[in-house]
Amino acid sequence: MATAATHAEAHEVHDHKPSFFARWFLSTNHKDIGSLYLMFAFCAGMIGAFLSFGIRMEMEQPGLQYFSSPATYNVFVTGHGLIMVFFMVMPALIGGFGNWFVPLMIGAPDMAFPRMNNISFWLTVAGFCSLLCSLFVEGAPGANGAGTGWTVYPPLSTAGHPGPAVDFAIFALHLSGAGSILGAINFITTILNMRAPGMTLHKMPLFAWAELVTAFLLLLSLPVLAGAITMMLTDRNFGTTFFDPAGGGDPVLYQHLFWFFGHPEVYIMILPAFGIVSHIIATFSRKPVFGYLAMAYAMVAIGVVGFVVWAHHMYTVGLSLQTQSYFVFATMVIAVPTGVKIFSWIATMWGGSIRFTAAMHWAVGFIFLFTVGGVTGVVLANSAVDKYLHDTYYVVAHFHYVLSLGAVFVIFAGIYYWFPKMTGHVIPEWAGKLHFWLAFVGANILFFPMHFLGLAGMPRRYADYPDAFAQWHKVSTYGGHIFGLGMFVFVIGVVLAFRSKERAADNPWGEGATTLEWTLPSPPPFHQFETLPRIVDEPGAH
Amino acid sequence: MRTVRTITRSLLAVPFFGAGLAATGASAGGLGQPIPWEMSRQVPITENACDIMNFEIGLHWLSLAISLFVLGLILWCVFRFGEKRNPSPSRFTHNTAIEVAWTIVPVLILVAVAIPSFRLLRTQLADPKADMIVKVIGHAWYWSYEYPQTEQGGGFTFDANLDEDKQPRLLQTDNEMVVPVGKIVKVQVTAADVIHSWAMPAFGFKIDAIPGRLNQMWFKAEKEGTYHGQCSELCGQRHAYMPIVVRVVSDQAYAEWLKEAKTKYASTDNGQSFAQAR
Repeated sequence: MATAATHAEAHEVHDHKPSFFARWFLSTNHKDIGSLYLMFAFCAGMIGAFLSFGIRMEMEQPGLQYFSSPATYNVFVTGHGLIMVFFMVMPALIGGFGNWFVPLMIGAPDMAFPRMNNISFWLTVAGFCSLLCSLFVEGAPGANGAGTGWTVYPPLSTAGHPGPAVDFAIFALHLSGAGSILGAINFITTILNMRAPGMTLHKMPLFAWAELVTAFLLLLSLPVLAGAITMMLTDRNFGTTFFDPAGGGDPVLYQHLFWFFGHPEVYIMILPAFGIVSHIIATFSRKPVFGYLAMAYAMVAIGVVGFVVWAHHMYTVGLSLQTQSYFVFATMVIAVPTGVKIFSWIATMWGGSIRFTAAMHWAVGFIFLFTVGGVTGVVLANSAVDKYLHDTYYVVAHFHYVLSLGAVFVIFAGIYYWFPKMTGHVIPEWAGKLHFWLAFVGANILFFPMHFLGLAGMPRRYADYPDAFAQWHKVSTYGGHIFGLGMFVFVIGVVLAFRSKERAADNPWGEGATTLEWTLPSPPPFHQFETLPRIVDEPGAH
Repeated sequence: MRTVRTITRSLLAVPFFGAGLAATGASAGGLGQPIPWEMSRQVPITENACDIMNFEIGLHWLSLAISLFVLGLILWCVFRFGEKRNPSPSRFTHNTAIEVAWTIVPVLILVAVAIPSFRLLRTQLADPKADMIVKVIGHAWYWSYEYPQTEQGGGFTFDANLDEDKQPRLLQTDNEMVVPVGKIVKVQVTAADVIHSWAMPAFGFKIDAIPGRLNQMWFKAEKEGTYHGQCSELCGQRHAYMPIVVRVVSDQAYAEWLKEAKTKYASTDNGQSFAQAR
């Protein structure tokens, strides 16, 4: 492994922490900000999960049972999407794990811009507050909240929502977007300038690679979203007509701008997950990652190609044959680097000596479920086929397989992997494994029948549906309950961890865990690497 | 060009044969509407929709094969390379041959998928000479249909609102779009307020109704019957309550319906311009 000469124990003696308020509200420490992001993501995730619970309860039977108005149902759908994307997955994977482990893995004392790191976090919180406000002010006539879907397409979001709810939602995206852009600048600067001596880019851990590519995607795509929603804001409030055909504008222009951001966004959510999975698989197989360089450049390729496939979300808007053909082709190209990653993870396990910890359960589960989500993505990439499946539950199934069973599974994998390092406490393995099996079984029962619903023609974002769809919806709701049960096991596991006297070792995972964070105590000192570790070139150092 | 097509057809014929049997057998979905526990597409009633469904079934078999292959590899690793069975891990990190293979093989599979996909897309987006044109306008929250004035009749417009008394629930409208069987029908779709999407599963497509745009799709229904669809772009409160019903009838019945509709529905002034658009 990479040899790191640290004097962490020596630091700990004069490791004085600021007072509570200064530490948590004025924080400039990457680990504390990472913890704040993770706690924030958990709280936002709970609210997002509550909204999805409302959706799933309503969908259990045809007719309206729990929602007096379908407009409120639309608000739940919108809130669930926006919260899970911007305030749960992104803060957890980028703000949380990224802040915590990028500096540790590259041997840096902190992020490059610690104060900017703090404002990134609080902008995200402010954005979330704005989104919550939007739930309680008028949106569509006679209903509270923005019921526009997370895509916020005009004219539904302009003429269709005269109330201020959509303005609050736009403001929420502006704030959290600004936070993410600042965070991205911070990651890029940190990773490019603050790697420990001897750690060239080609020796850098894959998680740092993943965050680097993600940061570039954020930096290049979020300003486009900011532009689009600003134009929408002026359309709504100041009489411009960028997206209004009555003034020469075009609603489809918004869709192009949105998806130019929106497609890279899905890779923003999954690339950090790719990085985390690589480390977990390698650690518990006691083997270096197979094909390190191919893994790193596959992520770069996914990031680059991810920018030129956006209109596959728009096959039904009336694009020309040539345009659709191009986007079919470009979208399929992405399957190739993704396949390289899937097979390289399996090759990493191949010949290894695999220890099935809770974290490994989640990581291996991710590989399979992400494959299932990936192949349905190839089905949807075919524009001719997508004309039927577009905006049906098939699409809902597809993106929940890659996000809910993809990104979310890796968030839990990361928690079970790094929890001992972050807190010094140990979550009982049985809790992590029970949580995994409940989530694995539950999520599949929850989302797999949605493929059938979509094929049968069930459209998305419907509060009420024809009776023929009722059976699979009922099955799906049962799966949701099982998945939800798993969350209780998770909470119990975390509570038990903090109550237990058991303390985590510096490296609880053994010789397979080769990245620099495992050379530090658990939890790491408030300031680490005051003497920079020196990376010595040894075979299999990645 | 023709040779290429023949080759791809014969290559695809093998997996599609089994898949086609499955589709025409017990697992086939409902005709014109969903049925309980349905697991596949609604029965396609245009040639293009039928071809696309067969292609999609092929894709699903391929997806299943890939998923099972990956699952098999994972399970083998779990079984064979657990720490008890394999206490000392090997250290290999490269194998050029296999890395090249798992890059090239997916490329070849994707090329094999793309060729028929492009062919189907070309047909779907073709612009054949239409036998008739219907203009469809999405409103919050109902559809209206315009039949332009032609030699056969037309020159009227009507709204189609949800009919809550008829079964199946949420799939019936008070007035229906009526077209003759076996004729190329072009739908020109637009919207009056927000974006809607005119979806007809039995015809295998949907097309967005966007204010300020006139989108066009075509179909040639091969089978008489009543076919149901639903708005497929979130359009606000009553998004789920603006179904689409198309009744495909014989030429004779269509001619009679045209006569009756002319007296029943409001006439259009601008029908002539749509007739010329043909």
